[in-house]
Amino acid sequence: MSRKGSKNNINSFALLRLMVAILIAVGITVAIIFSISKEPNAAIYNLFLGPLQSKRHFFNVLESSIPLIFTGLALSIVFKSGNFSMIADGALYMGGAIAAAIAIKFALPVGIHPIVMILAAAVVGAVIGSIPAILKVKYHANELVTSLMLNNVFFFLGIYLVNKYLIDRNAGTFASLKYEATSSLGNMVSGTKLHYGFLIAIAVAILLYILVYKTKFGYEIRLVGSNSEFAKHAGINIGKVIILTQMLAGAIAGIGGAVEQAGMYNRFNWQDSPSYAWDGVIITILAGNNPKFVPIAAFFLGYIRVGADLMSRRSDVQNELVAIVQAVLILFITAERFLAVVKQRQESKKALSSYGE
Amino acid sequence: MELILDILNTLTLPEFYFAMFRSATPVLLTTLGAIIASRSGSSNIALEGTMLMSAFTGVVVSAFTQNAWIGLLGAMITGFLMSNILAYFALKLKSNIIISGIALNTFASGGTIFFLYLITGEKGASTSLHSLKLPSINLPIIEDIPVVGQILSGHHVLTYIALILVVVVWAMFKYTRLGMHIRAVGESPEAMESVGVSVKKIKYIALSLSGILAGMGGAFLSMGYVGLFSSGMTAGRGYIALATQAIAAGNAIVGLFTSLLFGFCESLSNYLQGASIPLQFVQLMPYLMITIAYTCYCSHKHKQKLKKQRLMQGE
Repeated sequence: MSRKGSKNNINSFALLRLMVAILIAVGITVAIIFSISKEPNAAIYNLFLGPLQSKRHFFNVLESSIPLIFTGLALSIVFKSGNFSMIADGALYMGGAIAAAIAIKFALPVGIHPIVMILAAAVVGAVIGSIPAILKVKYHANELVTSLMLNNVFFFLGIYLVNKYLIDRNAGTFASLKYEATSSLGNMVSGTKLHYGFLIAIAVAILLYILVYKTKFGYEIRLVGSNSEFAKHAGINIGKVIILTQMLAGAIAGIGGAVEQAGMYNRFNWQDSPSYAWDGVIITILAGNNPKFVPIAAFFLGYIRVGADLMSRRSDVQNELVAIVQAVLILFITAERFLAVVKQRQESKKALSSYGE
Repeated sequence: MELILDILNTLTLPEFYFAMFRSATPVLLTTLGAIIASRSGSSNIALEGTMLMSAFTGVVVSAFTQNAWIGLLGAMITGFLMSNILAYFALKLKSNIIISGIALNTFASGGTIFFLYLITGEKGASTSLHSLKLPSINLPIIEDIPVVGQILSGHHVLTYIALILVVVVWAMFKYTRLGMHIRAVGESPEAMESVGVSVKKIKYIALSLSGILAGMGGAFLSMGYVGLFSSGMTAGRGYIALATQAIAAGNAIVGLFTSLLFGFCESLSNYLQGASIPLQFVQLMPYLMITIAYTCYCSHKHKQKLKKQRLMQGE
């Protein structure tokens, strides 16, 4: 009974910290806008309420949250296992490139085509995701360092593949040939660009939640992340858990790349690596590394992104403001001692009340 | 075959080795910073964002003051501030230092574009700002020696400062009180606390120094040969410094050589851009080489550790 109470307290404290962090971020945003903008009201209105102005803009939020859900999920299990591989970036990029190759070179039946693209991207992503993990387990190389280096390797490799086999020389800019029409994931709501990738993202989130919280393997991931010494003594093969977790994360990121290509594009034109993997960091942190909350966090970030795009189109404030907001949010949400005074007061109150019992 | 000839041909050019030092400079300065941070027991992944912010401020300050040295100072102060924000969150508020570092990198990559637009109305590069470059220096006597002069003379002033700082950082750890405190804090913080040294203070100082050095690395990028800021111009060099630092295992002299390894790969890839292999393979090579070198080093270190353990048990 008392344990449950203390758990609730910790959760309510985490929620309070989240709320205060959001308030601080909103405060800083408004302050920046007022200090630089000649039309602050238009900027603020579009940033916070722009996405609600029309059906199209609201569905833009849902579309843009799809890749963020995938990278957020990928990073959530990596972080949960106590590792810091950022290879989701390389896995997503290569997943997209492989999907593009299949979308151009093969003509498959409607429905089957995108599934083949997604499966191929998952395999490629899993292979890429496993590399930093294997280097860690076998050679004791830090996964953060190797993944950051390898992201560049896979980015250039992806560019090479597209340039060599898929490029459209007549396009004028960096772009592949057009995808076969059958490669599309299909429109989910008419009048918008929302595609069935959204359902795939939600399904992956549910499956991952079940895996992490309801299965033995999920328990092992959590144990390795929270107390690897204990996990070792409990007879868990830590190396295996680390490698499998990062393979799974790579596969999810790869699927994210393929879904984005099959849902939103008709040619491959990622000249720079999209920053989805880095956005995944704030999403999994907002979600407390819990797959259940990842779609909500992705929706939140997608909302600000669409709001910021509208703001930069309709006022003099640029949408890169979001990066500043994102940084402030990450810093304050993960600051354990932030608002520690409140927590102490809460705890001492509880201690006093339990003394009274 | 043609490729091997191309490479051999490149390796005979003095200009190639000159370029090696030039490419190595920003990474070397940041590697020195990473060495100090990691010796104190903190991994400063925000070095990437620190370099970027400093590259940006260096250009802006030099453009407004019309003094390149004040620009450099601005870049160093920016580095100091960035690393102090990191230190505040990681040490005082007990955040995970890697995640806070990622937050600062996010801030830098978007923030520099945001502020660049505010100042110039452009998002790509600071072309419209009249910013200044720091000078290059010809070394007397050495410049007249054939080949050696071509390689070592005529470099950017920050290249020479970086080489001097290698010795300074090395000597700091070997001979000074501060260096020994930083090492001790990294190795056994409890012991240091028990003899009355503030672990937090030493870590703050170490992180500040790492930020200032990365700030100089950033200034080299935007005030060295190019003379302007462009968005994302660090291109992962701060991350590379983490790898070169790790291979150097806290030794500044080894750090010089690991940075030169990166400089070697990068300048080789620049020279081979017209060669018979695809451009992208040339571009990915420095990153791949550093990954391989780093992995080999880690594997070697682990084997040594196991050997030591076995010896200890044998006794």
